[in-house]
Amino acid sequence: MPDLTKTAEETPAQAPVAAAAKPEKARSLGSDAWHDLRRKPIFVISALLILLLIVIAVAPGLFTSVDPRAGDLREHFHTPPNYSHFFEGDWFGYDGQGRSIYARVIYGARASVVVGICVTVGTTILGGIFGMLAGYFGGWIDTIISRVTDIFFGIPLLLGSLVILNAFTSRTIWSVVFALITLGWTQMTRVMRGSVITVKQADFVTAAKALGAGTGRIMFKHILPNAIAPVIVVATISLGGYIALEATLSFLGIGLQDPTISWGIDINSAQKLIRTAPFALFFPAGMLSITVLAFIMLGDAVRDALDPKLR
Amino acid sequence: MGSYVLRRVLQMIPVFFGTTLLIFVMVYTLPGDPVTALFGEKAADPAVVASIKHKYFLDQPLWKQYLHYMGNLFQGDFGTSFTGRPVSDIMAGAFPVTIRLALLAFVFEMILGLALGMLSGLRRGSVQDTLVLVLTLMVISIPVFVLAYIAQTVFATNLGWVTPTVQDSYDLSQLVLPAVVLGSLSLAYVARLTRTSIGENLRADYMRTAVAKGLPRRTIVLRHLLRNSLIPVITFLGTDLGALMGGAIVTEGIFNVQGIGNVLYRAINTKEGPTVVGIVTVLVIIYLVASLLVDLLYAVLDPRIRYA
Repeated sequence: MPDLTKTAEETPAQAPVAAAAKPEKARSLGSDAWHDLRRKPIFVISALLILLLIVIAVAPGLFTSVDPRAGDLREHFHTPPNYSHFFEGDWFGYDGQGRSIYARVIYGARASVVVGICVTVGTTILGGIFGMLAGYFGGWIDTIISRVTDIFFGIPLLLGSLVILNAFTSRTIWSVVFALITLGWTQMTRVMRGSVITVKQADFVTAAKALGAGTGRIMFKHILPNAIAPVIVVATISLGGYIALEATLSFLGIGLQDPTISWGIDINSAQKLIRTAPFALFFPAGMLSITVLAFIMLGDAVRDALDPKLR
Repeated sequence: MGSYVLRRVLQMIPVFFGTTLLIFVMVYTLPGDPVTALFGEKAADPAVVASIKHKYFLDQPLWKQYLHYMGNLFQGDFGTSFTGRPVSDIMAGAFPVTIRLALLAFVFEMILGLALGMLSGLRRGSVQDTLVLVLTLMVISIPVFVLAYIAQTVFATNLGWVTPTVQDSYDLSQLVLPAVVLGSLSLAYVARLTRTSIGENLRADYMRTAVAKGLPRRTIVLRHLLRNSLIPVITFLGTDLGALMGGAIVTEGIFNVQGIGNVLYRAINTKEGPTVVGIVTVLVIIYLVASLLVDLLYAVLDPRIRYA
């Protein structure tokens, strides 16, 4: 890996320069990044959007009092939206089963947010542990972990999760989370491993060793805080990707199943009547895109703030 | 270089066996009995079921099944699907379609992605740069199946340029729209990657030297800047060709392209073990070979990289 050695040479050389440029107060990379982020409109907008999404996911009842599962076919079969009725049941119209699209869009946020966050946390912890072990110890531990990572990496994420999810007869949010974590941890492992290898060679690690620090202390107190930045960046960016993947699986009919409300399922059921009732597809698809967009913008902003190369 | 290639090929072997074993275990330990399912509503005759299971080696322990499968595979035999059709036959019908689709998407994302990336990378902060950034961000955040419906509605229903779904999967001109949809996500990545890479290289010392020497702008951009900036982009493109073929499930489904994705999706749903394992095995081989080629290309493009 040619680029790994490059960063190993560059990072220690750049760090003193950055520190010397701001003599007034020494800040850690984390607080420095936070300082940068607060002034970025993109970060503020995407963070507010995500905050709103999380509130919707936690308490959908705050936004609508309509039951998203209550359908009235005779009254509301594909009734077009009434755009002046803000926050009411018919705001976005009704779907093919006479259910309020607005209520379904609101209640659908939970599945997406839960899957996105759980899969990201799961893959980060799993990949973080494996990457740390492989990068820190090297040798045969590294060989085994790296080869197993290669094996899992060879299976395309979408195909693999289709096969795994097919094994579940009734699928919930947790089966989707399980399938995506099982196949998704490899990227994190690679990122963490590369990062740990870079940090391991730094002088402060040698110093800690010379002072008699134990393996656990070196790993968690010295290496982890310095190696975590690239992992956080990849995690934030991939969160949006996992949300899109959950919707894709649900759209294919192999992800979440009906009592669970998911944008993917709604898009799938709306596609049959795309010409007569395009609004039934438009609103869940729009919400899904905005959600993914918010997480990708957040990831971009975090990367710019945490990457010392771009300073 | 020679010994590096040899080492890489040797490293590929355990990965190949590991991945195929993993997919084999995943497919064949699924609950549900595909053989009994063949009988549909009728009650299955135990003797017939046993004979079918024996024929397909399903009565053996899993590791024996895997060894048997691998043994046949190296003789070019991908096995027979539960409907009696050879898996190689099924793949021979579907793979050419998907390869064409993926190649079309690949050409599309490469040409347009590089052009857009250069357009924005060379003039950072300009209107065109912002436009490219916003457009690519939109493409990245709209899921591919939504994009497919938008394309279908606009180009087929509203404009009437193409039929909404593909009538003849072997007709290259009909594959253009699905290919554009399939390649759009990677296109956005290629454009952004090219932009970042150009931005980094613009500040390099050799660029200042080239400008100071008084070289024409054309030469500087094409010979100096582009050649150096393309290295990360080519890495991405190389691994993406395999990803395009594996990721075609959604696009092929929506546009009714009779390619590998469609066949695979049906096979997964009907628990057609031999077909799933066969197709995924070929996809894994494509992926492994592509990543090897990318690593070798690296050495050709960047003389600083020498493999011992």
